Amino acid sequence: MRTIGYERPETLDAAIAAYSGSGSGSRYIAGGTTLYDLMKLGVETPTHLIDITAIANLDRIETEGDVTRFGTMALMSDVAETPAIRTEYPVLSESLLKAASQQLRNMATVGGNLLQRTRCPYFRAGNGVYPCNKRQPGSGCAALGGLDRSQAVLGASGSCNAVSPGDWPVALLALDARVEIIGIDGQRTLPLDGLYRLPAERPEADHNLNPGDIIIGITVPKTAAGRASTYHKIRDRESFAFALASAAVAMEIEGAVVRDVRIALGGVATLPWRARQAESVIVGRTLTRELAVEAGRAAFQDARPGRHNRFKIDLGVQVVADALMIAAGRNVR
Amino acid sequence: MTDSPECAAGGIAVTRRVVLGAGASAVAGPALLKGHHVHAQPVPTPSGIENPLLLSFTVNGSSLELDIDARASLLDVLRERLGLTGTKKGCDHGQCGACTVHIDGRTRLSCLTLAAKMNGRQLTTIEGLSDGDTLHPMQTAFVDHDALQCGYCTPGQIMSAVACVRQGYASSPESIRDFMSGNICRCGAYVGIVAAVAAANSSEG
Repeated sequence: MRTIGYERPETLDAAIAAYSGSGSGSRYIAGGTTLYDLMKLGVETPTHLIDITAIANLDRIETEGDVTRFGTMALMSDVAETPAIRTEYPVLSESLLKAASQQLRNMATVGGNLLQRTRCPYFRAGNGVYPCNKRQPGSGCAALGGLDRSQAVLGASGSCNAVSPGDWPVALLALDARVEIIGIDGQRTLPLDGLYRLPAERPEADHNLNPGDIIIGITVPKTAAGRASTYHKIRDRESFAFALASAAVAMEIEGAVVRDVRIALGGVATLPWRARQAESVIVGRTLTRELAVEAGRAAFQDARPGRHNRFKIDLGVQVVADALMIAAGRNVR
Repeated sequence: MTDSPECAAGGIAVTRRVVLGAGASAVAGPALLKGHHVHAQPVPTPSGIENPLLLSFTVNGSSLELDIDARASLLDVLRERLGLTGTKKGCDHGQCGACTVHIDGRTRLSCLTLAAKMNGRQLTTIEGLSDGDTLHPMQTAFVDHDALQCGYCTPGQIMSAVACVRQGYASSPESIRDFMSGNICRCGAYVGIVAAVAAANSSEG
């Protein structure tokens, strides 16, 4: 039986010092909904837990300034139900309300959500039942050529096709969010699309954080595209399920012409996926259903299906088209 | 003991909770039912915990201290250490909702809550909802609307249902279904559950 250490520092400096002092078996824990789950599966085997939930002022939601800022420890449910977020950024609110269950949204933090790990069944099987390059580097990938209905059609490599599971990071990506990080070497910020890694090399590393780093906040620049936005998510059942295909769309229409549009995809790729080819189909033109479908096709033009997930391409095209039409319907000028 | 006796043997009233609690913790369990106020109730520590952590929190209105294993889930502490077996272990991975409790007034899953994180916090379990022998209105609504079959998911359903009404999500069947989607009922008693939540909502409103 493995024993485990636990401590609850009250400052960021103390948390980072605790990490430095306790070695590579340490993990920060906040809501714990991913980490503790994976500990029970034997996928995560930390020797020391550093609980960062006692650190003050990390849960603020700031909607007043030039950027909207979410403290890392803000709960998913609190961000989703902030009135200014519901009206100014429906894409953000919807991405949270369509994720998990109300109990989990009361536990999980918006910072921790960025680091949620894949739901690939071969990864979660744990205990060496199936090879998995994310769980045990170099062991192989049972999902490639296996039961791959839920796996990625975009961004996969010859060593991993695990889907990035989140909804919130997809919505943030569409709004060009940035992530504030503090670590052993001080503080820095990263664009959200610089946080995640394709599985081409080192598929065990989901992200570009260094050991000891803590995400302390997320910033979203204010944009006129925020209001005409939506998070459209299709799943096996209508609530409490991961996306088969989802799209975050935010747009700004002037006259009849689309001036600005951002499209990001979830449930279909190995990381939150910005669909810039689809965006370029639409910018400067008048949105029609036909054009929306054309944009959807552009979003999936490089998709490579496996044995059982080809349906995600047709589904994804329609999800992008529907999301564009929903967002356009919210454009009030 | 707030249960009404289910049978009497040789003049000694035996309740379901006494039977269930035997071997776990007949000492602490009953005291944590609502209506019994015990402060800093000592709970015996089982042998074999390495590096125990001292946990101090409030359970159904009673302050409590006990030594726990740092890895323990709140759910296991409730069931194995405190004898509060109303909170159920279904999947143990946050997918079924059977272990739903209220922490600081909000629904959370006790299976994915590290017990160590409970220090200084307020917990309400299904045992804390009723007022002595008087059921909470939501419990009564579940009885009245036949909102269960086997009953295993019911404590978690009721804890979520109370929050559903309190937070204003019980205004339509669709909204109830969406809010309650984190509580799975494998008997399929959903029709009765939605009816119970709607009825409790209108009687409170």
